[in-house]
Amino acid sequence: MFIRRLRWAAIAATAVLAVSACGSAGESDDNPVDNKVDDSAASKFEDGTAMKAIAEAGKVKIGVKYDQPGLGFKTAGQDQPTGFDVEMAKLVAAKLGIKADDIQWVETISDNREPFLQKGTVDFVFASYSITDDRRKVVGQAGPYFLTGQQLLVKKGSDIKSVDDIKGKEVCSVTGSTSLAQVEAKGAKVRGFETYSQCRDQVLDGAIDSMTTDGSILLGYAAQNPDELEVVGDPFSEERIGMGYAKDKPELCQFLTDTIQEAMDNGDWAKAFEATLGKSGAETPEPPKMDACA
Amino acid sequence: MQVLIDNADILFRAFGLTLLLVVVVSILSLVFGTVLAAMRVGPIGVLNKAGALYVTIFRNNPLLVLLLLVVFGLPKLGVQMSYFNMNVLALTLYTSPFVCEALRAGVNSIPIGQAEAARSIGLTFSQSMTAVVLPQSFRAVVPPLASVLIAMVKNTSLVSIFGLLDATARMKGLLNDHPSQLWWIFGGIALGYVIIVEAISLGAALLERRWRVA
Amino acid sequence: MASSVLFDAPGPRTRARHRLYTAISSVILAAIAGLVIWQLWRKDQFAYTYWEPFVTPDIVELLVKGLGKTLLAAVVAIAGALVWGVVFGVAKLSEHRVLRWPAWTVVEFFRAVPLLMLIISTWFFIGPEPGPHAYWALVIGLVLYNGAVFAEIFRAGINAVDRGQSEAAYALGMRKTMVMRLILIPQAIKIMLPAFISQTIVALKDTSLGYAILAPGLTYEGKIIFGTFRNTIQTALVIAAIYILVNLLLSWLATKAQRRFAGEHKLDIVGGVVQSQPAGGAAGARGL
Repeated sequence: MFIRRLRWAAIAATAVLAVSACGSAGESDDNPVDNKVDDSAASKFEDGTAMKAIAEAGKVKIGVKYDQPGLGFKTAGQDQPTGFDVEMAKLVAAKLGIKADDIQWVETISDNREPFLQKGTVDFVFASYSITDDRRKVVGQAGPYFLTGQQLLVKKGSDIKSVDDIKGKEVCSVTGSTSLAQVEAKGAKVRGFETYSQCRDQVLDGAIDSMTTDGSILLGYAAQNPDELEVVGDPFSEERIGMGYAKDKPELCQFLTDTIQEAMDNGDWAKAFEATLGKSGAETPEPPKMDACA
Repeated sequence: MQVLIDNADILFRAFGLTLLLVVVVSILSLVFGTVLAAMRVGPIGVLNKAGALYVTIFRNNPLLVLLLLVVFGLPKLGVQMSYFNMNVLALTLYTSPFVCEALRAGVNSIPIGQAEAARSIGLTFSQSMTAVVLPQSFRAVVPPLASVLIAMVKNTSLVSIFGLLDATARMKGLLNDHPSQLWWIFGGIALGYVIIVEAISLGAALLERRWRVA
Repeated sequence: MASSVLFDAPGPRTRARHRLYTAISSVILAAIAGLVIWQLWRKDQFAYTYWEPFVTPDIVELLVKGLGKTLLAAVVAIAGALVWGVVFGVAKLSEHRVLRWPAWTVVEFFRAVPLLMLIISTWFFIGPEPGPHAYWALVIGLVLYNGAVFAEIFRAGINAVDRGQSEAAYALGMRKTMVMRLILIPQAIKIMLPAFISQTIVALKDTSLGYAILAPGLTYEGKIIFGTFRNTIQTALVIAAIYILVNLLLSWLATKAQRRFAGEHKLDIVGGVVQSQPAGGAAGARGL
């Protein structure tokens, strides 16, 4: 009896392997914004600065998210992540003379952004990183390069139009996140799941009325499905998304601020937005005013 | 310590949800498990094989995968159920085969001489079952059933990944907000589960003693 | 056993009745299966786009690597749990209360706490990063839990060896350690072997919980796949099939081990082992 089962298993396995040469799911296009890499970048920095060190090494480690489409997203089968945060990171790397392909991307999740910067696991963090005073005590944060706040993602045509409509309705977010706690406080019935994309799937399937988290993340999901999803409601919290760097290298602050300011002035910032989050149909916002470095 | 006190009402409600899940799933899986057991020992071949197939598939799969299929899959098939119901469904589908096996193990542990004696004095099938086999099997079935129940209590923690805010889900939230209080949070929630589990163990021990055969 | 004696060989009327029941049941079962398949078809779940990832070499490679990491985690966890289990099992058998009671408390605690809770808390404790931290959080959680179960199996195994053996050993003048080492443990191992293997199957299933803490493994890769391609049902079915195959293989091993090492002593463990009996155990192997 078992030998028979084993034989079928072997046949099935061979069949799968034979067919394996066929599919091509998951391929996509990588560099929407054309970054002019400055090859002589190393010489432009003063000796002893972190920028010179990185430029001379020719390698930079940047922490981004892999699970937030439009911001920091890497799918199964891709080599490089894509998204608005990623584009900002590439701008910075280009200023350091490092090509997009030479960037060492590190997946960061919300809880390890500070430890990664403190330990030097990454040089910079571009991962939906809100600027807060608490965080500024342990790491350096420059920016903000984007303003967002908690919003709602619903199916097009839903009768939820703003945060006032969610009382008593089911709202989805990630278990244990602050977004969940916030809407629970507003009277919604919260449903927690592992990842934002699971929430998005449920909204698409009609299993749940809406999902909530930072508007920037929601825009990314709407950008993937502009015909079926939309972001509604004014932001009911404020998040100032900034760039993280190690606190013991304060010269990085001015460098980061100047680089992004230049992108805001010459239109690269807007181009990055249009190529990523803008695909949701949302209007390109005005670039925010960045904080001065201390 | 303060964290636990501040959030006491949330935690109690969360454990209330856990208890509700335990009660509902126990009842449903006892029923379905008995049906499965009947299918497996009955005289009808098709049902035997169907029952055995079900048990094999659902016991060799992690509960997580089953929950994925039910909670994410059913809506895609157009079935609209509340999250509570879907989680209960998945937990029941998963626990029933274990209940079935526990029941069979219990019934089969009764010495065959009992059944033979019952038949030899002329009792019919249903008389043998109700007067001789089943009463003895209650006692034999208690330990394995208790352990299946305890496993199920622990399995309810998985609903935290699938929408329901039970004790484990609340624990994740608290750990995120108060990372320095890790030991207190862990200890408090663990205590809740330990109490539930030990209560079941105690209940089982009491039942065993009440039904002790000489 | 008891069930097979309870009814006489069926006569012609009963056989006809059974044929009727068989027919009715077959129709009902076929209807259920048909309904499920039809609904899948209606909702387009057989569409090639949903299944394509599973014949794409890159994706298949991810799944295979995930399976490898899952198996590795299970093996490491079982090894660790064996050590832990033996230590605490011996402690629970000790004659010194100082050893016995703490051991009992630790074992009971880790058997009562949900594994998911353990894993999440351990992960937060080590530092909640994906990758190696999550991997070790998963393994440590598995070791703590399975170690406690092994401690119980170990204790029950030692106790299941005929009393006569240890009595004879003591009568010959052997001290406790020698009795354990030379007489009890070698015989207990044979008794415990099937239970150990079935607990390995449970441990393998429990590695799926790595999903909740971003630990590398089969379910983690599955999450990435259905996150990208939105083919949750298909991914879950494929992963389920993989788990079933691997577990059936392990069960088969368990049955062989049980037969070879003789089944005179059946291990009667209360609390913790019944649900882990392999599908290929005595009853199940005959059924399918």
